Amino acid sequence: MPIDFLAIAPEIALTVTALLVLAADLALRGDAKQLVNPITALGTVVALVFTVVLWGQDRVTFNGMFVVDDYAVIFKVLFLGTLLAVLGISWRFFAEGRYFQGEYYFLLITAFIGMLIMPSARDLLLLFVALETVSIPAFVMVGLRKRDLYSSEASMKFFLVGVLSVAFMLFGMSMVYGFTGTTDLAGIAAAIGAGPSPDPLLLASVLLVIVGFGFKIAAVPFHFWAPDTYAGAPMPVAAMLAVASKAAGFAGMIAVAFIAFEPLADVWAPLLGVLAILTMSIGNLIALQQRDLIRLLAYSSIAQAGYMLIPFGLAQPGNVAVNDAAVQAVLFYLIAYAVMNVGAFGVAIAVNRRTGLRSIGDYSGLGERNPLMAVAMTVFLLSLGGAPPTVGLFAKLAIIEAVTVEVTGFGLVLATFLVINSVIAFSYYLKVVRTMWMGAAPVDAPVLQPGFNLSAVVVVLMLGTVLLGILPGLVSDFSALTSVQAAP
Amino acid sequence: MDPASAGWALTVALFLPLLGAGILTMMPARLDREIRLAAVGITAVSFALVSLIALGFDYGDSGRLQFTTDVGWISAIDARYSIGIDGISLPLFFLTYLLTLLCAIYTTRILPSPGKPKAFLSLMLMLQTGMAGTFVAFDLILFFIFWELVLVPMFFMIGMWGGPRRDYASVKFFLYTLFGSVFMLVAFLAIYFQAGATTWNIQELSAMAPFGSATFQTWAFLGIFLGFAIKVPMWPFHTWLPDAHTEAPTVGSVLLAGVLLKMGTYGFVRIALPILPEGAVRFAPLIGVLAVIGIVYGALCCLAQTDIKRLIAFSSVGHMGFVMLGIAAMNEAGIQAALFGNIAHGVITGMLFFLAGSLHERFHTREFGELGGGLLIKLPRYGVLLTYVAVASLGLPGLAGFWGEFAAMWAAISPGAGLMASYEGLYLTLVIFAAIGTVLTAGYFLWMLQRVNLGRPLPKWADEPLDDVMAIEWVSWTPLLLLILALGIFPRLVFGVQDAAVSQIVGFLGG
Repeated sequence: MPIDFLAIAPEIALTVTALLVLAADLALRGDAKQLVNPITALGTVVALVFTVVLWGQDRVTFNGMFVVDDYAVIFKVLFLGTLLAVLGISWRFFAEGRYFQGEYYFLLITAFIGMLIMPSARDLLLLFVALETVSIPAFVMVGLRKRDLYSSEASMKFFLVGVLSVAFMLFGMSMVYGFTGTTDLAGIAAAIGAGPSPDPLLLASVLLVIVGFGFKIAAVPFHFWAPDTYAGAPMPVAAMLAVASKAAGFAGMIAVAFIAFEPLADVWAPLLGVLAILTMSIGNLIALQQRDLIRLLAYSSIAQAGYMLIPFGLAQPGNVAVNDAAVQAVLFYLIAYAVMNVGAFGVAIAVNRRTGLRSIGDYSGLGERNPLMAVAMTVFLLSLGGAPPTVGLFAKLAIIEAVTVEVTGFGLVLATFLVINSVIAFSYYLKVVRTMWMGAAPVDAPVLQPGFNLSAVVVVLMLGTVLLGILPGLVSDFSALTSVQAAP
Repeated sequence: MDPASAGWALTVALFLPLLGAGILTMMPARLDREIRLAAVGITAVSFALVSLIALGFDYGDSGRLQFTTDVGWISAIDARYSIGIDGISLPLFFLTYLLTLLCAIYTTRILPSPGKPKAFLSLMLMLQTGMAGTFVAFDLILFFIFWELVLVPMFFMIGMWGGPRRDYASVKFFLYTLFGSVFMLVAFLAIYFQAGATTWNIQELSAMAPFGSATFQTWAFLGIFLGFAIKVPMWPFHTWLPDAHTEAPTVGSVLLAGVLLKMGTYGFVRIALPILPEGAVRFAPLIGVLAVIGIVYGALCCLAQTDIKRLIAFSSVGHMGFVMLGIAAMNEAGIQAALFGNIAHGVITGMLFFLAGSLHERFHTREFGELGGGLLIKLPRYGVLLTYVAVASLGLPGLAGFWGEFAAMWAAISPGAGLMASYEGLYLTLVIFAAIGTVLTAGYFLWMLQRVNLGRPLPKWADEPLDDVMAIEWVSWTPLLLLILALGIFPRLVFGVQDAAVSQIVGFLGG
């Protein structure tokens, strides 16, 4: 069976870019090294074009291991868009800091290649390879500030937890293979569905696989690495971890949960529902106590992962309407989350770069000092909370909508927790907003120099947050059509 | 303007303030004077347009939706951009534009620290679109967006231009109202799916009602009730109000009392009653009890206040109690009374907050003890205005405050929708307590007048040169002062407009 090269064209484009970046890094000297950033951006745009072309084509290759349906295309557009934004907020940060830029961009692209594969993978092995391709470069990127103890600690912590979770997952995968005799997701579903009531050991291994992804999305109780890692990592890397890497984790989780283990949904759905409640509640409650903005964003993104786990808690075996609605809700939320969270990290970088400021108090009077950044941060934080007219409101709406497709008692419990948590979350988002607008600017406050690229990214994301808050159809018209399916 | 074809006018009127907010943010901050005048210009043009709409409105057919626009918006969830205006919406819509214009005029001269008219007026215009949109949106999702849209600008208005406890008040306002509205959103979604997941349109859903089991109606109504009751606010959900009202800058208080609170009662009449009639009837006695507790409790709290602005804030709790009592009656007279009380309270209490704000501008205190008495001697014109508005607020016949309260009690004696049979005694008791409330209301307002207006000025104010009512204040207050009298003499101005639309709502309630 020949390989369908168009189907993997985006991945190929990124791979070529990665090699170009390595070569360019060797050839360029001194200040010219920062040109690897635009080279990477160019490669990303090429990959994006190839991805958009694939919309509506439903291609399958590598014997059904690799599927490019509309669901995968939306995820890929999300990843590549995030990559472009991360590049924008990375340029000055890495050009001015004492970093090895070539390494950084190479690793960044490599991680995104793994992400692109994730939503297309329909085989446990390919999923595993994709996950490792995302994780291993990330371990290194977190530790890029070599002389900084925090960065090294963050990297080490991330590495140990990451390897542990992979070990769990691999163990679970091997047992699933032992029970079902296949690594093909659809094959696993068929084998589970055909058999008698499943073995408890099989259930345990299913949970192990899901737990492995739980680490990746930083769900409670597998979240401990996230705040330390985000705080220690270079900020653009933290943004990447909080958004893209988390989205990749969700892509993998959707694939195993809604394809391979779909017949067992009545086992894992309640469990993930409980995890959703714990994740959003604990994330939000701890976020209330934070003084460092990055740690606040870290706990906020843990809480956000909790919201996105809610639809998993609704899944029912064989109920296509509910399951499709659940997947669409997660997808929409991820897109909204990417737009607003990368934006928030962008503003954090603008404040932090050159000055090293990062506590919430450092944002005091930002409205006076740099109104653009302050307005943007306000929009992003209100959107993370879910206030109109921002996309965050519709993201929450999408989740509640998934709950009401088929109302169950458990679904209502989940929705109630979502509602209460949104209110809790607002109190810490508003704390930052209040500091920015109602706090007095310190006399010796440094002047922010965000630079053109970062400002452009922040402005585009801010406009996107508001535009999607007025016309969510720009995304939901596409995301609502998709469903995650096995290879035909 | 032809109500059938000029649907665009409503959309333009709705988004003109938002556009104006955008224009203001583009203007350089140093153009202080120009920014304030631009805001007056924008609100004046919007008000003129709304006046044209009001003139073109077909009053003979006020139950029908006019100036409609209905286009697709979010196809994935069938949400539509559908707006229109009928007899219930029109008075509130008109009041929104009038009050915002007056606030803009007022702000040309008076703005509390830290100044920044650009930010303040942009927020006010954003707020205007949110408030106005709530009254004309006929799609639940669109309604919810407008409903939530008011939170952010009001949060900033209180938080940046408010009094000493602004931090606490602004956050409390935001979180409290948000808490209610998220439950409301869940209820909206439940309604949508229960009704077949095809439409969010309020009128279509009303026509389909009643749907769902009794349990569904109860739960869905409870969700909606939380959202609206907090906004109204009904006792015991009122605790955000005294803080927000007291700390907010004058313009913020005027718009809070004048328009924001009305969104809650409007929501009850527009959405909760017609779409969930069974739930509404089941909850009606409870609403009535809470309303009357609010009346008496609000009045007792007023008697204990030493701050004139806080007193006015608590008086809102009582007045909104009368409005809710009217709704709890579930008959035509009751809902008419509620909607009339809405408008009257908006005009009167808005005006009272203007007066309290001006008092603070002059004396830099709102404590009765420090103000002393003798305002009629020190600032005679101001004193007369205060008397006039306070007397209107306590419900003197011939002024606007009377009709809403009187009619609400009259309606509650014989509640509709089958409540008469089982709850006659309860409603009669409620009316008796409400009547006691009116006496208490008269008591605290007269006491306030006695402490502020009568007697002799304190020695420390005697030689202080204080301006009596200024020209800018006359300009921004006269329309309200006239409306108070006009609504008192010709209540048909509002009753007549609402009549047909209210009959429809009551029709949905049945029995």
